[in-house]
Amino acid sequence: MKQFKWARRVSLVLAAVSLVGAGCSSNQGGGKSVTVIGTWGGDEQKAFLAMVKPWEDQTGNKVKYTGTRDINTVLTTGVASGVLPDLAGLPGPGQMAEFVKAGALKPLDAVLDVATYKSETAPALVALGTVDGKLSGVFIKAAVKGLIWYNPTLHDYSAAPPKTWDELKSQGATNKGNAAAIWCLRLGSGAASGWPGTDWIEDLVLRQAGPDVYNSWWAGKTKWTSAEIKAAFQTYLTDVVANIKDKTEAVDPTKDFSGGGDPLFTSPPGCELFHQASFITGLGAFKGKKAGTDYNFFPFPDVNAQFSGSVEGAGDLFGMFHDTEEAKSLMKYLVTAPAQDIWVKAGGALSANKNAKSYPDDISKRSAELLASAKNFVFDASDLMPKAMNDAFWTAMLKVTKDPSSLDAVLADLDKTQTTAYAP
Amino acid sequence: MTAAPTIVQLPAERASPSRLRRTAGRYGVHVVLALLMLVWLLPTIGLLVNSLRSSGDIATSGWWTSLFPPTGLTLDSYANVLSETDIPSGFINSLFITIPATIIPIFVAAFAAYAFSWMNFPGRNLLFVAVVGLLVVPLQTTFIPILQAFGSIGIAGSFLTVWLAHTGYGLPFAIYLLRNFMGSLPKEVFESAYIDGASPVTAFFRLALPMTIPAIAALAIFQFLFIWNDLLVALIYLGATRPENLPMTVQIANLVNSQGGGWELLGPAAFISMALPLAVFFALQRYFVRGITGGAVKG
Amino acid sequence: MDDRVVTALAVVIGVPAVLVGYIYLTEVVLRLAPDQRRSAIRPWLWLLPALGFLFFFLIFPTILTILRSFQGAVAGAWVGLENYAWFFGSPDALVALRNSLVWVVFLTLFTVGLGLLIAVLVDRVRYESVAKSVIFVPLAISMTAAGVIWRFMFDYQSPGSAQTGTLNGILSAFGAGPISWLQVDTLGLNTIFLIIVMAWMWTGFAMVILSAAPKGISAELLEAARVDGANEWQVFRGIVFPLLLPTIAVVSTTVVITALKAFDIIYVMTNGNFGTQVIASQMIKESFTFGNFGHGSALAVILLLAIIPIMGLNINRFRAQEALR
Repeated sequence: MKQFKWARRVSLVLAAVSLVGAGCSSNQGGGKSVTVIGTWGGDEQKAFLAMVKPWEDQTGNKVKYTGTRDINTVLTTGVASGVLPDLAGLPGPGQMAEFVKAGALKPLDAVLDVATYKSETAPALVALGTVDGKLSGVFIKAAVKGLIWYNPTLHDYSAAPPKTWDELKSQGATNKGNAAAIWCLRLGSGAASGWPGTDWIEDLVLRQAGPDVYNSWWAGKTKWTSAEIKAAFQTYLTDVVANIKDKTEAVDPTKDFSGGGDPLFTSPPGCELFHQASFITGLGAFKGKKAGTDYNFFPFPDVNAQFSGSVEGAGDLFGMFHDTEEAKSLMKYLVTAPAQDIWVKAGGALSANKNAKSYPDDISKRSAELLASAKNFVFDASDLMPKAMNDAFWTAMLKVTKDPSSLDAVLADLDKTQTTAYAP
Repeated sequence: MTAAPTIVQLPAERASPSRLRRTAGRYGVHVVLALLMLVWLLPTIGLLVNSLRSSGDIATSGWWTSLFPPTGLTLDSYANVLSETDIPSGFINSLFITIPATIIPIFVAAFAAYAFSWMNFPGRNLLFVAVVGLLVVPLQTTFIPILQAFGSIGIAGSFLTVWLAHTGYGLPFAIYLLRNFMGSLPKEVFESAYIDGASPVTAFFRLALPMTIPAIAALAIFQFLFIWNDLLVALIYLGATRPENLPMTVQIANLVNSQGGGWELLGPAAFISMALPLAVFFALQRYFVRGITGGAVKG
Repeated sequence: MDDRVVTALAVVIGVPAVLVGYIYLTEVVLRLAPDQRRSAIRPWLWLLPALGFLFFFLIFPTILTILRSFQGAVAGAWVGLENYAWFFGSPDALVALRNSLVWVVFLTLFTVGLGLLIAVLVDRVRYESVAKSVIFVPLAISMTAAGVIWRFMFDYQSPGSAQTGTLNGILSAFGAGPISWLQVDTLGLNTIFLIIVMAWMWTGFAMVILSAAPKGISAELLEAARVDGANEWQVFRGIVFPLLLPTIAVVSTTVVITALKAFDIIYVMTNGNFGTQVIASQMIKESFTFGNFGHGSALAVILLLAIIPIMGLNINRFRAQEALR
């Protein structure tokens, strides 16, 4: 009867264990919790947790945050399986629309004071978060794209920044000094390699061909082989790529874009000018340098005078999957100016709320100013395209930067992707 | 008299070339192994040295330059990683996830492997091959239906989900490995046991299991490793609803922000994370260091 | 925290105890069955827990995947073979197929070949543990860390600047120019480099399993062969290798399937750019980045089909093994 001896032994052990367990089970009391998923890690995660701390203190609730760069996988799986966090940073307006269609995202019209939100936020950002007339996503962080960074010790542009593309070309060449090249360029970014190049093209399309072409382009209605888009690529290739130090380095997978501006600070400098978004100030060599003295920026100059006043930006979109009381309260809090001020003070980010003004330095103040006062604010085009098109765009930038002569073939391929990527 | 020198010379002729060959072979073994070990260690040494340098140094000069003065070596990155409050709790979570998920599949697979090796039934080989074939199923294709099922019975986010999931995912390889080992155990041992009237259960616990210890030790190491280093499975099953249960791998990946900033912290974090799996390897390796060639020639 | 410890303890002790109890229980249950039927039913009872897990976690989702591969981007819309036609019609498909094949062939060759060599060699030296641990270390490193390590190895700086990558540093010591290793797509070399990264990690796997291989090899047999004048190579080829063959087959099969599924390395290092795309990474992209599960499922099914020849080889081997027993 060996099996009975076993069974007896096992049940004795289990009984002992459960007695111990009953004796010392701890009491998890106090407050509710809100689960949040986002792409933020490292210092961004710290800033976000600092941002929600006042809310936690005030309500006695807890924010449980999961950061991951695999947000696409997690949210796609979550929406399909029904296991979702309360709030989530959404990958982009396109995915937000898909989640709304799937019935996963809850509308925010009843949660926020929409009128206040609309008055405090740029209309373009409000519109991007709206699906079928219902507000489904809000921006709690923003960035300006297409700033031209430079090192004032090489040449100080702050007094008289170039106002047109031609001025930029000639001034850039004149003031190069002992820099190895006019432009710094780096497209590497892990799984998203190529996106800094897409920012270049978008800035050029916006200012060469205007916002209408820009909008119809990301919507899939203007072909990649069209004259306007091709012209933007050609300007990029002849004026920028031709003036960088090393094409191989620009597209190398091991060289991350975050270090792309480092050559500005070497002596002799590796380059004179660097095109990047406002958040570059928290990355690479920028991080240890002093704003204003070691680095400065001027906005992207006009190319075509009739399209002046447009600014391209991006932002972090947030949505709500479960409308519990705590989640709604947190969402309401996140869009307020005091909340966003906390992150802004930490540096490296711009607020989507116009009233958040605690910028730590002049540089971020000016970037925020650009965002707020833009005559025409457009969102990053590649973020608005369907993912398949976006991915092809990134790859195309790598191909075309490495080998400019392949431009026509690359644009033709992009056209092919365009025909299938946009859902009917 | 001409025969004698031939007889005397023959053994000497045969002995010296083979002894020379054996000596050269012995040195050759050492040279080859030394070379292999150097090549294998080099990448990791590069990471180790770089984990002791500042991010500015890493960007501008090769790690080997820090081997000579001025070295610029600093423990700052390690301090930064350890000061992250999430890492210790992540370590505990990793233990909670890994240990049960290593133990359960071993038992389940051992029973199945024994059935496949020493019990006869129709379709045995076909079924076994189908089980092994399941090795190819990409884990990502299984997430949605499983998560849906877990969610509907309300256990989503608990450790139980990852224990069960890792058991299921690890079974094809575990059964494959154990069956291969059990199947090559000497038939006579089992036959004489059955003749003596032992039941299959007794044969399993008294004979098969003890003789399979090397394979079980190897399996335990791999299962432990794969689960310890796993990020995606834990993220999917725990991340949405119970972030406090996430293992160290997720916390380490999170040392880097969404723009890639802070990646120099991944080096020190990797070494902190590696310590336990290596300790497990050292502890278990004596169970299978029996040698391939019967442990004959040790030089 | 305390109740987590309790749960974990209960699981670690309780579940094996339950399983062991289950096996003993099956014997009791079998007593109820007629004598002749007992040995026919018993295997299925022993297999039941494993089959249960396998069905729920692997088989059932795979059936769903196969069905999904015949539907369009939106679930529920049946499109027949359209997804498969899409894949074989796209120009990138050929590159992905070729690369997947290169992965299968070269990863297995490197990993199993080197693993076998090392397992045999270390057996003959006193520092066996040290050598084995050195080869094993990369397997203990997570994919995130491996990405960083090899980033340092492959790093590229423009010609003329000080090199920061190990490989380019070695090259510059010989006065050769820096190479952007991951961009070299002539002859698919960058794919080979990625394979080397994976082989660096997985050779330890092959080595450990081959070391743990069943050793039906008696020391006397080997000594007798050596005394007879056989050199080490002949001993290996004639005695050791044939007896290791089943384990080599296990290792090779596992590595081949791992090569087919490999996508982490590619995703982390090049994201499939510069001609390094494989079927597995394409599948992940389609399903989770583009959200097109129709395409992704079709690619998963293609992977399933690819292992059929390997499984066929395994069946033949089992049949041969049984015949000898």
